[in-house]
Amino acid sequence: MGNWRKFILWFAQEHVDFRVQEFESLIKMFGLQARRLTEQTRKPFWVVEFRDTDSALLYASRSISLRAMIELYAHSHKLPEFHQRLRNHVTTNWNSLAEYFRVEASFKIVVETYNKHFSQREKVEKIESMDYLPIEGAVNLKKPEVEWWYIEFWGLDPTAVPPEPEDILFGRLVAHGQRHLIKELSLKHRKFIGNTSMDAQLSLLMANQAMVREGDLVFDPFVGTGSLLVSAAKWGGYVLGADIDYMMVHARCRPSRITQKVREKDESIRANLKQYGCADRYMDVVVADFSNPVWHPRISFDCIITDPPYGIREATEKVEKKASVKANTRSESMVHYPSTSHYSLQSLYGDLLEFSAKHLRLGGRLVCWIPFHSEDYDPKMLPQHQHLNLVANSEQQLTGNTARRLLTYEKCFEYSPTEPLLGGITQVPTPSQDFRERYFNNALESRKERRMRKAELREQARVEMNARGKIPTDGRSKKCDLNKARFV
Amino acid sequence: MKLSTYNFLTSMAIKGVKVGFPLKLTISKKEVVESEFNPTFVERILPKLDWSAVYGAAQVAELTEDIPSVQPENIGENELLLQKLHHLLFEIDVLEGQLECPETGRVFPITDGIPNMLLNEDEV
Repeated sequence: MGNWRKFILWFAQEHVDFRVQEFESLIKMFGLQARRLTEQTRKPFWVVEFRDTDSALLYASRSISLRAMIELYAHSHKLPEFHQRLRNHVTTNWNSLAEYFRVEASFKIVVETYNKHFSQREKVEKIESMDYLPIEGAVNLKKPEVEWWYIEFWGLDPTAVPPEPEDILFGRLVAHGQRHLIKELSLKHRKFIGNTSMDAQLSLLMANQAMVREGDLVFDPFVGTGSLLVSAAKWGGYVLGADIDYMMVHARCRPSRITQKVREKDESIRANLKQYGCADRYMDVVVADFSNPVWHPRISFDCIITDPPYGIREATEKVEKKASVKANTRSESMVHYPSTSHYSLQSLYGDLLEFSAKHLRLGGRLVCWIPFHSEDYDPKMLPQHQHLNLVANSEQQLTGNTARRLLTYEKCFEYSPTEPLLGGITQVPTPSQDFRERYFNNALESRKERRMRKAELREQARVEMNARGKIPTDGRSKKCDLNKARFV
Repeated sequence: MKLSTYNFLTSMAIKGVKVGFPLKLTISKKEVVESEFNPTFVERILPKLDWSAVYGAAQVAELTEDIPSVQPENIGENELLLQKLHHLLFEIDVLEGQLECPETGRVFPITDGIPNMLLNEDEV
């Protein structure tokens, strides 16, 4: 057991709720052995023990939350103790460490402090306090062969900085996380996007939650502009999508970019994959209604990754038989676009879990978002299925009182519709009110109230300005000018 | 639409249709898009496929010389056949054409390479 190695994981303080579950998913996906030694997971620096360096590198090769991984040399809460430990570590492990201190190895020391600012001089003093390190090489700030990191962690609360640092850490940089992909797959430069395209970071996190591996078959039943397929394909998945919206799938819907008047001819989900060098991973997209599946019962997916519509920015629709049919003025030969009806979130999630239980391989994962009103969230409200285990659940705040949760389910039993394990199969508890209805009607103030209040405030300001003898600026024309300047 | 997807689609969403498979494929415009041959993936996807529909697709695409009518055993060891399957399933892209339900004759059009499986209100 003597081979375990300690590493510092430095995380980005963004989507903090997602990092533990990403860590656990990746550990499981690669079948690694790791022990988390930091209990407080909101800290940006964790100390983690891996079975060996290769395991640690595998983890870093997929993590989106991780900024950098540093091999730990010394860790303490007090400075004198820290220096003592660092000295001891270097002396006792000299055989394995000597190569990093040799004359030819150029180096750089990075001083990183969290929640407290230090001037350049103070940082240099910190570096000089470690002059006992037997570093022989030359300094190279641009392209060092060895990068040493000295980290001080001064708590998380900027209003209550402790008198002493909570953690002092030192080690050698071994790998960076995959955060460069966030920029590479950014929606800003993507060929085809829509109003509800998932941002690169979250879609990469979702693909990690789904444990997408090389050669997996990945499906998104609410594909939209294919933003989730991009990240899945980036990790080596072969991607298939479906959506009820014909115009969206054909990239003929209204453009979302402010500078764009019409969709370009070559916009498509396939073009997106091509843009990122994953064209070979594109299987197909199909126009289909999820409430009435068209897929062969035999087909099985390794992962289902999806962001169903919540009914706010994207409508929840299905095709349904209408009780009263309007007189049809169209002739037989004309193209008929079926009208859609409301698809309640409850039956949508019921269908989604049932579909996943049927069409996932054993051990395959379903990753999906579900919207909530923060105040009435209760874990009991999450949809459940006899064949699916909820393995992860993390929250992202959307507005003041709404949030969405990323749910990860793993298929744990083979599906047999004839023998339900225990009574009913799917359970989707009924929320007291529909998410959409509540979102628009039960806000703290209605849209009209808000408009009136704002107008009143503006009027007040105008009167006060007049009293002080100032000429009010014409806000409207200013806005128009700004817009004009943008298009010139 | 690739011919692998053809193998996944059914018309069982139509009211009264039990199996709805295999759909009758008609190709009016197709294109060959070369893609990287990944033998492991072809092998992994084989158990998900119905061979009669694979052969049916080969007939429509006029590739019956390459694909045997009965599924041979140990395809994994037959690299040449895997390559031919790769070509049939992943490289032929049906741009325009149609899928026809074998039970009701309902036609699903394929436009710009995307099949439209939507039904009308009175068909569900």
